[in-house]
Amino acid sequence: MADQISLSMTVNGRTRRGAAEPRLTLADFLREQALCTGVHLGCEHGVCGSCTVLMDGEAVRSCLLFAVQADGAHITTVEGLAPDDETLHPVQEAFRDCHGLQCGFCTPGFVVSVAAFLEANPDPSDDEIRHGIAGNLCRCTGYQGIVAATRQAAAVLKGEGQ
Amino acid sequence: MADVVSLLAEHGDDAKPLAGGQSLVPMLAMRLTRFEHIVDLNRVGELFGVTADNGAVRIAAMTRQAAVETDATVAHRVPLLHLATPHIGHFQIRNRGTIGGSVAHADPASEYPAVMLALDGTAEIASASGTREVPAAEFFESTFMTAVAPDELLVALRFSAWDQQAGFAFDEIARRSGDFALAGAAVGIGTDAAGRINRAAVGMLGVGPTPLRASSVEAALMGLAAADADPHEIGRLAADDMDPIGDVHASADYRRRAGSTLVGRVLAGALAQLTQEAHNG
Ligand SMILES: Cc1cc2nc3c(=O)[nH]c(=O)nc-3n(C[C@H](O)[C@H](O)[C@H](O)COP(=O)(O)OP(=O)(O)OC[C@H]3O[C@@H](n4cnc5c(N)ncnc54)[C@H](O)[C@@H]3O)c2cc1C
Ligand code: FES
Ligand code: FES
Repeated sequence: MADQISLSMTVNGRTRRGAAEPRLTLADFLREQALCTGVHLGCEHGVCGSCTVLMDGEAVRSCLLFAVQADGAHITTVEGLAPDDETLHPVQEAFRDCHGLQCGFCTPGFVVSVAAFLEANPDPSDDEIRHGIAGNLCRCTGYQGIVAATRQAAAVLKGEGQ
Repeated sequence: MADVVSLLAEHGDDAKPLAGGQSLVPMLAMRLTRFEHIVDLNRVGELFGVTADNGAVRIAAMTRQAAVETDATVAHRVPLLHLATPHIGHFQIRNRGTIGGSVAHADPASEYPAVMLALDGTAEIASASGTREVPAAEFFESTFMTAVAPDELLVALRFSAWDQQAGFAFDEIARRSGDFALAGAAVGIGTDAAGRINRAAVGMLGVGPTPLRASSVEAALMGLAAADADPHEIGRLAADDMDPIGDVHASADYRRRAGSTLVGRVLAGALAQLTQEAHNG
């Protein structure tokens, strides 16, 4: 049952080979083997969104996937959104500018989710923004700053995309 | 797929298929259930995709909710599914969650089971000994229990397209966007050339141990001129078709009252769409 299965995936652009028990979650694999500790675990049952990562470009809950299911996949965590260590992704920049975080526990999940959301909907209304962030919970900010940050990031990303 | 059904036949109760994992993995994580063997369906190609053939739309079980949401065939031929999908959880959930998983899980507050029931969809089910078809009316046995036996696999859902003039609407009441609904309604109304209602499909979620049909509402609608039907009056009859339970989110009485008001409102939406279509010719 607890046999280790070897696997290989691309994490933030680098190939990661490893071995995992079949029931090790992708979140635990990313934190413990790939050392992407920006993957936060709040609830471990799909509700809070803090563990959100991109799998082949799509935002997913890494606590609800087994690592072996991501064999061969491209994973992006919050650490991999910006092009390098010196730069922030426009969504990260916007969270800092707009007070989109306080304790920061929920932030990686929000940043990854908002990046994916804006990719699919580059020009959202405030109502759409509120729907877009509904899958992530924050216990500190009261969400106003997060909505403002999403609005700012949308504007910046649109500007740069033109 | 042959491998999957033979694994299920071999391990029976000890094995569980894994689809999107958006319900199964939380249950495992919370130690609400455990299985010796988990059979991952995510790499079984033939379980994915939407196909249309003579009047019916077939949606394979592993088709992600996000794919159902954006599929043009579904939007055009099975509009109720298209309208219901954005109400399921959040986009991150829909990126993994599947239509087959939703239906096999059979949460009474879930959107797809109510739509499947309202539209008289059919489930294609396979086991090592062959395939069989089960109509929606016989599929949902009780809360979280369906006609799919432990050694069986839900392979696809089939919906026949409506060929008459029709209007569709879906809505629900939830405490927060993305939460499971307290009550919800899925409505399809079809009319003949003279504008008389000849098909009424009213599915409800969250107001009983399984998804339910509002048969009193459907019966009251049949034969009426769509233009004359008073949706709010007729919607109220839905209270008799419900069997709600009370919980921390809402009392049984609240669900019954809010649910039947909602049925009226969704019915009004479907009728409005119908008249609009008739005007546009
Ligand atoms: C935060 C959150 C919010 C959610 N909100 C909603 C909501 O508002 N509405 C809603 O409807 N759902 C909601 N869900 C549940 C989600 O839609 C699930 O994806 C869905 O109910 C199950 O689909 P799945 O593909 O993830 O199945 P899984 O979780 O993989 O499986 C669910 C069950 O079905 C069985 N199963 C799956 N596929 C098959 C098959 N082909 N044949 C036989 N058995 C099978 C599994 O063995 C398991 O018992 C939510 C989930 C989360 C985490
Ligand atoms: S830790 Fe994955 S959603 Fe909460
Ligand atoms: S900043 Fe603390 S939980 Fe969101």
